[in-house]
Formats: sequence, C-alpha cells, structure tokens
Amino acid sequence: MNVVVCIKQVPDTTEVRIDPVTNTLVREGVPSIINPFDENAIEEGIRLVEKHGGKVTVITMGPPQAEEALRRALSMGADEAVLISSRAFAGGDTWATSYVLSRAIRKLGDFDLVLCGKQAFDGDTAQVGPGVAEQLGIPQATYVIEVEIDGKRMRARRVLEDRYEVIEMRLPALITVVKQINEPRHPRLKNVMAAKKKAIPVWGPDDIEADPSLCGLDGSPTNVVRTFLPERHHEGEMLQGDTEAVVTRLVGKLHKLELV
Amino acid sequence: MVVDFHFTEDQQGVFAAIKEFCDEELAPNAQKVDEAGVFPWPSVKKVAEMDLMGIPVPEEYGGMGMGFLTWAVCAESLSTACTTTGAVFGAHMLALYPIMVFGTEEQKKKYLTPLATGERIGGFGLTEPNAGSDAGSVATRAERHGDEYILNGSKIFITNGGDAEIYVVIANVEPGRGTRGLTAFILESGMEGFTFGKNEKKMGYQSLSNRELIFQDARVPAENLLLKERRGFRVAMDTLAVGRIGMAIGAVGLAQAALDAAVPYAQTREQFGQTIDNFQAIQFMIADMATEIEAARLLTYQAAWLKDQGVEFEKQAAMAKLFASEMCMRATSKAVQIHGGYGYTKEFPVERYMREAKLFEIVEGTSEIQRLVIANRVLKEYHAKKQR
Repeated sequence: MNVVVCIKQVPDTTEVRIDPVTNTLVREGVPSIINPFDENAIEEGIRLVEKHGGKVTVITMGPPQAEEALRRALSMGADEAVLISSRAFAGGDTWATSYVLSRAIRKLGDFDLVLCGKQAFDGDTAQVGPGVAEQLGIPQATYVIEVEIDGKRMRARRVLEDRYEVIEMRLPALITVVKQINEPRHPRLKNVMAAKKKAIPVWGPDDIEADPSLCGLDGSPTNVVRTFLPERHHEGEMLQGDTEAVVTRLVGKLHKLELV
Repeated sequence: MVVDFHFTEDQQGVFAAIKEFCDEELAPNAQKVDEAGVFPWPSVKKVAEMDLMGIPVPEEYGGMGMGFLTWAVCAESLSTACTTTGAVFGAHMLALYPIMVFGTEEQKKKYLTPLATGERIGGFGLTEPNAGSDAGSVATRAERHGDEYILNGSKIFITNGGDAEIYVVIANVEPGRGTRGLTAFILESGMEGFTFGKNEKKMGYQSLSNRELIFQDARVPAENLLLKERRGFRVAMDTLAVGRIGMAIGAVGLAQAALDAAVPYAQTREQFGQTIDNFQAIQFMIADMATEIEAARLLTYQAAWLKDQGVEFEKQAAMAKLFASEMCMRATSKAVQIHGGYGYTKEFPVERYMREAKLFEIVEGTSEIQRLVIANRVLKEYHAKKQR
C-alpha cells in the first residue's frame, strides 16, 4: 500500500510567543521539530507498510529549512520525501494549504492512505487534515487511535470526548491521528545515514499543477486580523488558615459582593 | 599537520541520534537497571535496534563501517546515560574486535555478523583466578584431538558471562611456556563441556554479569581457532588495547554524568541564604571536574582517532585509560562532596557513580599495568633516540 504522510515543521516549544507588533510567531532562537502528532502519523505509516508492504512518502509544505523535518522522517524509516516550497505558497491559510497538499498528493500518483497528525502544535487549528480529504474527495476519520487495514477497507477507532467511535471506510482515505496511537521510534543509525543520502525533490506550483490564485495569501479566504494572548488577570485572593475560619471569611466576602 | 576538532556531518548526525536515544530511552531507567540485579536485556536490545553494536564493523558484516572514534563517542553517551548498559557495550567489543581483525571469512560470517547486528552479545575470557595482570599464567589448557580442541580450566569475572552467546577465550596449548603457549578460540554458549559459574556480587554494577566460564573437557571445533596456535597473546593484547579505549571513554561518560548531576544540584541547593554554586569552594570543584573530563575525553578521542588511522595507538590508549579512570574516581568523589550528606544517600545517583568509578581503575589492566605499558613505551622511545 502507498501511504502519504503530511507533516509540518513547528518551533520546539510549548510556549509559542507572538510578536505583539507583527502578530506572527516568534521563531528566532527556537529550534524546529516535526509537529509531535505528525511524528505519530509517520510512525503509523511506517508500521502499516512494515505490515502490509508498500512505501511511505512524507510531504511538507514549508520554507526550505523544512527539509530538515523531512530528513528526520526519512531517518525514522520513511521511503521518500518531497518538499513543497515556493514563495507562491507563503501566507496560506488552512484552506490554501490543504489545496496545495492535495495537489501534491495527486501528483504523487496512486495512494491508499493519507496520514496527518490531529493538529499542529503551533497553529492548533486541526483543519488541514480534513481540508486535504475534502479537496481530494476521499473519506476521512479524525482523532484516530487505532487503525486496521483489510484489503481495500479500513477500520478506524476515533477518540471522542466521552467515548470511542469505530468507523469503516473504503480506501483511499485520510486519517488524522492522536498521540496515543503509537510511540514514535528513534531513528536507527542505518536509517540516519541512508536519509542523508536521499534526494528530496522540491516542488513548486507548476510541479503540482496548482492554480496560483488558490495558493498562498491569494488563495486564503481567512484574514488574520489580530493575534493576541489573553490578558493576564490579577491573581486571586488566597484565603488561608483552618477550614472553618476560611469558610466563614469566604461566606462573608460572597455576601459583601452580593453574590449569594 | 592538520588538527581538526570537527566531526563529519555523518558523525554529527549519528551522535545527535544517539544522544536523543540515550536521554529518552536509557537515562530515565538507569537507576532501576542498577537496582534490578539482572542483566539489562531491554536496554541492550534497544541499543542493538539502534544499530550501535557493530559501529566499526564493515557494512558487509552487518556493521556501520564507521570506525573507532565514532564508536567511542557513542560509548561515551551510553555510559553517561546508563553505565551498566555502557559496560555491556564495552565488553561486547572484546569479542567482536578480535573476530573482526583475526577471524577467517567463515568465522566472520558465522560470528561477526550476529555480533555486529547485536542479535547476539559477546564476551571475552582471559582472566583466571591466578592470571590477572600476569596473562602468562593462564592455566586453561587446550589440547588438540583430531579436528577439535579439548579445553579444561576456568575463567573468572567475565563481563557478560552467561548472558553473552559468543566468547573469545584465551587458553594455553603449552603450559610452562608462559605467554608463548597462549591461543585464542571462539566459543559459543551451549558447546559441550562449556558452562557458567556463579555471578559475582560486586561493589557496583549489580546488574552487570560477571561470571565464571567453566571448561570441563569442553569440545571446540578446530575451525574455531582464532588466528593461529601460540598467537593468543597477540590476540589478547590487541583486543585489550582497543578495550582500553572503551574503558577510558566509559570513565569519561560516567564522570560527565557526575558533573551533570553535581552542577544543577549546586545551582539549587541553598545554604547561608544563597545557592552553593556561589561559593568558590564549590566552583573550584566544578572547574576541576570539567577540566579533567575534557582532558580525558580528548586523550581518549585521540587514541581512537589514531586507531582509525591505522597507526600505533597503544600508548595513547593506555594513557587515556589510566588518566580517565583515575579522573573518574576524583570527579565522582567530588560530585558526592558537592551533594554533601545527600550525596552519601541512595536518594541521589552520585554515590552509585562513585562506586562504579572504582571499577575503571581495575578492569582491563589496572592503573599500575597501564603505567607499566606507558613507561615501557616512553623508555623505548628515549632509548631509540639515544641510539640515533
């Protein structure tokens, strides 16, 4: 089976800072990593191919330095990688990004399964995976924790807030995966060395036969007006002492504020 | 002369991968591995899956074909993360190396490949109850009978003993002729007459196997003779010379772990209203540790690099082993000192580091033997100068 994994390179920090002037992510001095959920997607792709045969192709849309993330994916054991990179793709929202990725996947040829992480660590939208499925016109399952392939059919277990949902669909299909689906492997030395030697083609709009008006900033229906962190409110008042005294004071305060 | 302290891009990629693996997979379990008192198979298997077991072995035999400097740097990371796993890794090389260098094509196919892939673990048997530093006193007897050798005797303290499946064993085909009768053989666990004795209880490394190898009319096929009869001393000395690089780097890795524990502790431990890293008494210990670690590391890297160049490296290997092991003792002792009373408790890893450090001054040639090796070489160099 042919598996395509879509990944994103993100800053390695859980505390993404935003430049208050430009409203963009501050990336200086922050090392880049593969979006952690995407590492799970790569791992799942490799496992499926180890089990069913075929190959794993990893793609990313991003700046030239995103090649680093693809090398990491290759060193984990992916067979091939393609970097989708062009100024024409810059500033794309989730819709334009989904469009570009779907064009690239079409360009790759026959595929059985597209894997994505459930969402990116930085943007947190969780929209690109479903967007790609829509643009490809294939069935999708999001937040998948377990997947089983049986010929041309797939069974996926989804994690919902209070239950699991098991759904079946025909391949080709797209799934987005959660962290708990697997434990991503460490790259073994032989793959680290092999990954260094592999060529990573760079595809622009012409290579994927994309309509320029649907790419990048031009192809993005979303406008980011402002990005900001919620303002920090004053710390609450901490009542300390023995329980009875604290409760009495608390009730007094609530009465005073006319809340009870 | 070009002196370049940069690693190649390939090496950098390998070291980054190993560092990440060690930090995430080995270090968090190191304490438990030590306390368990059983051979650390899960860690060793992970190391094998990372393709680490055969770094200097040519690719055709399942290795990485990357040389001893790369091997040493990886061994350092392993030792920093988990000294026990690092020791298994070091002892494994003592079986792998002589087969790689002296083995026939058949021997390499049969034994080197599974050792290089880590499918099987190796061990090396030279030491006997009465033959430690004095290798010429090896009493294990080997007698040729038709197309096999019959071995009788025993080895002690053999690292990985009982858990390893492939051993290089030094026996004597001509007792009374000292080192001249020594002969190396490849043995497999399960060979008739080859069994294991008790596992030693030690000051440290409770989970490292150090067993007796027992030969009672052990039958070894003649094709398992390594190199030639009476050439075992050379096999042993060459193997131990490489082993010294392994021991030196193991000591560097352990000393680094001690520094990695001591500095953050000093930066958070408060006394007299401030963190103790503000005090010169502590700063001087940290400075000495860091300086000596760096010196030992460079000396060891140099020995490994010389080995990779195919030139004489034995003196540097002995110097590295001597300096690194004694440095490690000092560094781990300072780490305990910086921790104060807490350092003496089992709540912190530094007391273990200190116990583990002592081994490096003894194993694979005591500090005293290293001094003999070094002095011997230095005196010869000066003697040669005088002749000229």
